[in-house]
Amino acid sequence: MSSPTTLFDKVWRAHEVHRSDSGQSLLWIDRHFVHEGSFHAFNKLGERQLPVARPDLTFGIADHYVPTQARDVELVADPKVRSMIEQLSHNTQQHGVTLFGLSDPRQGIVHVLGPEQGLTQPGMVMVCGDSHTATHGAFGSIAFGIGASEVAHVLATQTLWQSKPKVMRITVEGQLAEGITAKDIALTWIARLGADGARGYAIEYAGEAIRALSMEARLTLCNLSIEGGGRCGMIAPDQTTFDYLRSRPWSPKGEAFEQACAYWSTLYSDPDASFDLEVTLQASEIAPTVTWGVSPEEALPIDHAVPDPEQLSDPAKARQARDSLAYMGLTAGQKLTDITINRVFIGSCTNARIEDLRAAAAVLAGHKSRVPGMVSPGSTLVKTQAEAEGLDRIFIDAGLEWRHSGCSMCVGMNGDLVASGERCASTTNRNFKGRQGPGARTHLMSPAMVAAAAVTGHLADVRQLPVTSLTQLGVRS
Amino acid sequence: MKPMTVVTSLGVALPAANVDTDQLIPARFMKEPRSVGYGQFLLYDLRHDAQGEPKADFILHHPEAGKAEVMVSRRNFGAGSSREAAVYALVDDGFRCVVAPSFGDIFASNAVNNGLLPAVVTEEDAEQLLAALGSTPGAITVDLEALTVSVGAVSVPFTLSPVWRTKLLNGWDDIDMTRQHTDAIATFAHQYAEQFPWSAPFPPDAALIGKG
Repeated sequence: MSSPTTLFDKVWRAHEVHRSDSGQSLLWIDRHFVHEGSFHAFNKLGERQLPVARPDLTFGIADHYVPTQARDVELVADPKVRSMIEQLSHNTQQHGVTLFGLSDPRQGIVHVLGPEQGLTQPGMVMVCGDSHTATHGAFGSIAFGIGASEVAHVLATQTLWQSKPKVMRITVEGQLAEGITAKDIALTWIARLGADGARGYAIEYAGEAIRALSMEARLTLCNLSIEGGGRCGMIAPDQTTFDYLRSRPWSPKGEAFEQACAYWSTLYSDPDASFDLEVTLQASEIAPTVTWGVSPEEALPIDHAVPDPEQLSDPAKARQARDSLAYMGLTAGQKLTDITINRVFIGSCTNARIEDLRAAAAVLAGHKSRVPGMVSPGSTLVKTQAEAEGLDRIFIDAGLEWRHSGCSMCVGMNGDLVASGERCASTTNRNFKGRQGPGARTHLMSPAMVAAAAVTGHLADVRQLPVTSLTQLGVRS
Repeated sequence: MKPMTVVTSLGVALPAANVDTDQLIPARFMKEPRSVGYGQFLLYDLRHDAQGEPKADFILHHPEAGKAEVMVSRRNFGAGSSREAAVYALVDDGFRCVVAPSFGDIFASNAVNNGLLPAVVTEEDAEQLLAALGSTPGAITVDLEALTVSVGAVSVPFTLSPVWRTKLLNGWDDIDMTRQHTDAIATFAHQYAEQFPWSAPFPPDAALIGKG
């Protein structure tokens, strides 16, 4: 009998083409997603006059720079932005790579589209030139972000050199209370371990609370692995995973699907498998959590107050808190619920799937947002579904803009920006200085919490607001 | 890439933790072709005020800073976005080494792929180096053979994965290295496709396009 093995090791071993004397592994790549930002890599390939080794395993997605007001590339005013979208079309066409382009009815953010289309499957190794590629690990695959040189390497060889990371398991025991989401789990562990707490590790999420999560919620949790420094995040596939994948457009069909399920069922950490680090959280201790600073580790339960640097014993932490408070325009000791906002954003690869939009709509239904804001669905198919369910009307009636799908205001590359000095309650993944625009101030939280902030005009505890049952509203879900 | 052994140059101190890649190069500059030179975008929003005027007291605007090839910073340098443009900004501004207590994983890989050394020191040693450099560029030596960083009388060890050290010492490029394994890759791909036949994409019927 072989020794007990982790989920991570099982998948890693199945992809080792070669191991060098120095211990690096050359890994086979099952899926490679490229986007507009991958132009550097295509240029590197061009300089060497190399073809794409496996165009059939490579998929192009227009998301980072796409306009969210219209779907016509001709209407993009900034010629440099337009050129980014056009270069992706040109590069994918030249190399025979399938493109989910701007006007494709399946277009969406790569980390929403991949799972939705059934391109993401358990047991795979998947890469993309985007740090949130960890998202796809929700299916039990090893998925991670890479830089342009590595993108060029994968394009040229369909393989990648990697040093095997250590493996940590984050177990969440018990059941999450009503109103607590995957976003809250993520911000809680990142606040506890630090934004580099999982640096050098692959993370496996396990435990009763994780098993109970929907695929959408698992995607949110794995998506945020990188914000705690993790190389990737993964969850063992189970019936929830298989049910999600059955009859997706690119899933295996017929007997191949049954064969795949039989193999996927073997992808779990053996009971006695050992991890380099084990972390356990109690689900009952997780509250709706928001960030107050400029790193995802600067997060607290909503009923807390902004830290007072004078009270922090660690001088490094005190120095960082002082700097964060200055950038965020906050006062030491201020209650989080006293922080007024200027804008909301519901979108991104983290929290713009259909369940996220439903959760936000349930809070917003029948209310006006006190601040302007926009909703950008994670994919065009999510947008279509939300419209079929009537969610778009709830957002529009609340006074929010209902936009097309793209990375949008999470990163602002397409021009959807938060103005300097403005404070935005956001469902996104990074509260870094300037992330949503120069001088912009970002507070990260779950979709329902963003909706609560919209309704009240300040950071608010969604558990203290009335949440409308969408079925009562006649929403067709 | 140019092989690296010893860097003897000027060093600049950037005494901040979590200098993420969004700060190293704000997203709005990333649609530029590399040929424009990314050095001008390095830490753009930190070194300019709200009106876009250069902050005279920022270390990179010191008259000597243009000659600096080493940056010393605090923990979690290069965290966040996988944008290799963050490394391009450092390299195009003349940097060959960043010294910090920890780096974002993807940033560190990107750095090595572009001949930029991510040298890991302890928190205490980082503070010593920051203090030794102070607020002006100062002489610094990074020795990749001996794995040491020295500023004046302060000399501290740094760590780096042996694989990356070999790559930097030789100036090796991954694509060239992988080409030695072309046959092994072809054999693997064949066996893999037989063992996991469902892993090949099943393109959808035309009728399914547009369904999620």
